[in-house]
Amino acid sequence: MNSMTSDGYITADGRQIGGKLMELKNITLRFGGVVAIKDISFDIRQGEIRAIIGPNGAGKSSMLNVVSGFYHPQDGEVWFKGSRRQPMKPHQVAGHGVARTFQNIALFDGMSVLDNIMTGRLNKMKAGFLSQAIWWGKAEREENENRAVVEQIIDFLEIQNIRKTPVGRLPYGLKKRVELARALAAEPQLLLLDEPMAGMNVEEKEDMSRFILDVNDEFGTTICLIEHDMGVVMDLSDRVVVMDYGRKIGDGTPDEVRNNQQVIDAYLGVAHD
Amino acid sequence: MTDQQTPVSELRSIPALLARNVARFGDRPAYREKEYGIWQSWTWSQAADEIRAMAVGMMDLGLKPGDHVAIIGRNRPAHYWAMVAAQMCGAIPVPLYQDAVAEEMTYVLGHCGARMVICGDQEQVDKVLEVERTIDAIDRIIYTDARGLRKYDHARMNSVADLQDRGRKAADRLGPMIDAMVAGLDYDSTCVMLYTSGTTGKPKGVVLSNRNIIETAKNSSDFDHLTQSEEIVAYLPMAWVGDFIFSVGQAIWSGFTVNCPEGAHTMMTDMREIGPTYFFAPPRVFETQLTSVMIRMEDAGRIKRWLFKRGMDVAHRAGPSLLDGKPVSWGDRFAYALGRIFVFGPLKNTLGLSRVRVGYTAGEAIGPEIFDFYRSLGINLKQLYGQTEASVFITQQPDGQVRSDTVGVPSPGVEVRIGDNGEVYYRSSGTFVEYYKNAESTASTKDPEGWVATGDAGFFEKATGHLRIIDRAKDVGKMADGSMFAPKYVENKLKFYPSILEAVVIGNGRDYCTAMINIDLSAVGNWAERNNIAYSSYQELAGHPEIYGAIKEHIAEVNKSVAQDPMLSGCQVHRFLVLHKELDPDDGEMTRTRKVRRAVINDKFADLVGALYDGSDSIHTRTEVTYEDGRKGQISATLRIMDVPVFGDAAQAKVAAQ
Repeated sequence: MNSMTSDGYITADGRQIGGKLMELKNITLRFGGVVAIKDISFDIRQGEIRAIIGPNGAGKSSMLNVVSGFYHPQDGEVWFKGSRRQPMKPHQVAGHGVARTFQNIALFDGMSVLDNIMTGRLNKMKAGFLSQAIWWGKAEREENENRAVVEQIIDFLEIQNIRKTPVGRLPYGLKKRVELARALAAEPQLLLLDEPMAGMNVEEKEDMSRFILDVNDEFGTTICLIEHDMGVVMDLSDRVVVMDYGRKIGDGTPDEVRNNQQVIDAYLGVAHD
Repeated sequence: MTDQQTPVSELRSIPALLARNVARFGDRPAYREKEYGIWQSWTWSQAADEIRAMAVGMMDLGLKPGDHVAIIGRNRPAHYWAMVAAQMCGAIPVPLYQDAVAEEMTYVLGHCGARMVICGDQEQVDKVLEVERTIDAIDRIIYTDARGLRKYDHARMNSVADLQDRGRKAADRLGPMIDAMVAGLDYDSTCVMLYTSGTTGKPKGVVLSNRNIIETAKNSSDFDHLTQSEEIVAYLPMAWVGDFIFSVGQAIWSGFTVNCPEGAHTMMTDMREIGPTYFFAPPRVFETQLTSVMIRMEDAGRIKRWLFKRGMDVAHRAGPSLLDGKPVSWGDRFAYALGRIFVFGPLKNTLGLSRVRVGYTAGEAIGPEIFDFYRSLGINLKQLYGQTEASVFITQQPDGQVRSDTVGVPSPGVEVRIGDNGEVYYRSSGTFVEYYKNAESTASTKDPEGWVATGDAGFFEKATGHLRIIDRAKDVGKMADGSMFAPKYVENKLKFYPSILEAVVIGNGRDYCTAMINIDLSAVGNWAERNNIAYSSYQELAGHPEIYGAIKEHIAEVNKSVAQDPMLSGCQVHRFLVLHKELDPDDGEMTRTRKVRRAVINDKFADLVGALYDGSDSIHTRTEVTYEDGRKGQISATLRIMDVPVFGDAAQAKVAAQ
């Protein structure tokens, strides 16, 4: 990362990455006596694909929850879009342009794919209860506008054929894609993906990788993801944070991380004191 | 659909017909496509504008008369427009199969020397870029879906939108040249070039002229009284001649609406929303649909199942007759009307077939029970017989004369004759001009008088004048008395029984036909289990007397139906045996696609064939088998040979001989 400046850098494949979208300074998160995250700092830059990796129990999901604003660290500061973020409720976070998918799919099983994705637009709907109930005027206009956005996403993720299918009837790989669609419906600036490829077969992983790259490419969305599949992470991401036992043990491009002795030790295992 | 205002002589090209459609029904929908969940539609006037913009754009990008323009993508209005636009530039559209891999594409693109390629999406662009490394004729790629292509080198690449922008800007400058070009198109100009799939050797480029396409479209539209209010769903590969005739030829001749589905996977939903009135599908599609209906019915509750069964019983009894206008009792008419409200109406609607007025299937033999199922629902499903070289239509079934075992009468304007060897020949205004850059194949397929050999053997039924296709011509032989020997015709009838997996009919040059039968282990095994018949091996089950008895009955039934055809009654099976092993590609008895290799079987089982003809009751044989790991072994068995009753003239001949 020689060319890294405060304004950004150029990636290996020639994309221009911007300045800091989010910066985490000296984050420490405790659950009672257990320290989940210990004094971690890193940043996420505009337009990049940033991965958080680490062995099981390293604190990756906790870290993502701090980024998403769901957990409030006891120590440290979260800076987002140039200002320090105060503790806030999840829906407020969404309003600030952060959307996420979950490790265990969290969709509404009984609702159609389309309705599920529409829920991602809830934050954009301002029409009053009465107007929504009689579906007239502002509510109708709003629904049409939002549906248009959702249809673009359905087209983008190639799920037209399951538009009206209840989510409960879909196979796992497609549910993951629908979840991504819902997150995209919020038109986030920062998209958080918690193990987007977990439990997928090779073909589904390839599809999902393609979609993640396309989202980043077409919409310019900044993406922060947690993933176990090393091959996927190294191929997809521009920079990687490596965690182990709640500490940051590496940070850099996939190549830098791959050659980092501490990272190798964490993955292959060494005798601990 | 001949036009009153415009002299027919001027309607000698697709672009001329397009102009006529704008004048006659400019505000009617010409194309629809579902995109972003909504059916977008273009009237004939709008479509003509889009096409013109494309044509001028293409000319502006340097497309010259006589150039080839390849189109690779799914069925989309823009792709159909591109074909017409290319014609307006005097160029020749060449639609290609979108699932072809790059190597296959290299041959075809190299062969036609396409200068411009219209690609549906990034996938196709990538393939063409790969092809470009070995072929330098291509100098422009146009793409419809921009996704993922933003960062590609655009020096020699444009989006369709960009192409049309260019066209609109250059309209004043190049418009008159386009008009002149269109005016110069006549019946002999090439309309389209389509590559045959090439199952035998390299693909051949079939050149079809405006005469071929327009005359065929005119005749076939008249045959089925197609009007501008038909709706079709364009979902078959654009490279297939059928799609060109239905979605371009007939659509532009009759002026009806072409609906493009959102994608291959949404086909069923889109069908339901459009409700086509004119529909084509290969037998496979109807078969899959029927299977899914049956599976879902089996999962349904008891009342629904009962209702379905009752409904379908009435439908089978009365449906086909009602369609054909034959007398039906008032009781059945009433029951059918009730069934339509409660059973077949909703079912047809689910299948998207509620409004189908004319439906066709072709390509391979359709199972009679599948055919009858759709007919009994009141869907006017018919069969046609055709090929690329004929611009599709050779024969087709007129309304009211529909059967599952014929392919109908010669289409209007088509002459059909049967050669001495039983091969079907045709000659028509739709007969192709030539194979592109392949005079040799052209000459061997089409004789100087214009007769084209189909490669299929068939005959006309005396009573009805319908053509029946029986086999590939090269498999058809003659029996000792000179009558026709069509093994596959009989084998197909035999294989229709679930217990018979394979059948090999022997009889070329012999006095009578015999058969070797392979039982279907799963079906027969299941039957044995239910009837408490114990067996320890395939061989033992195959030789079981009860099995022999059942097979004998099946063959007798087939003989009875074969005897109905005076021409083929000689093909009745007189004696048969059940083989002690399954025919297997590993032993060379079948091809990998499970087609019987007659020569190998005649050779390998020479002793069995001998026994079938020397009158013996049984034969002891040893056969070499190859195991899956490549080891070889021997199995020996004593096979019984059984006589089967025959019918009609053959029966009398047999009595006389004795």
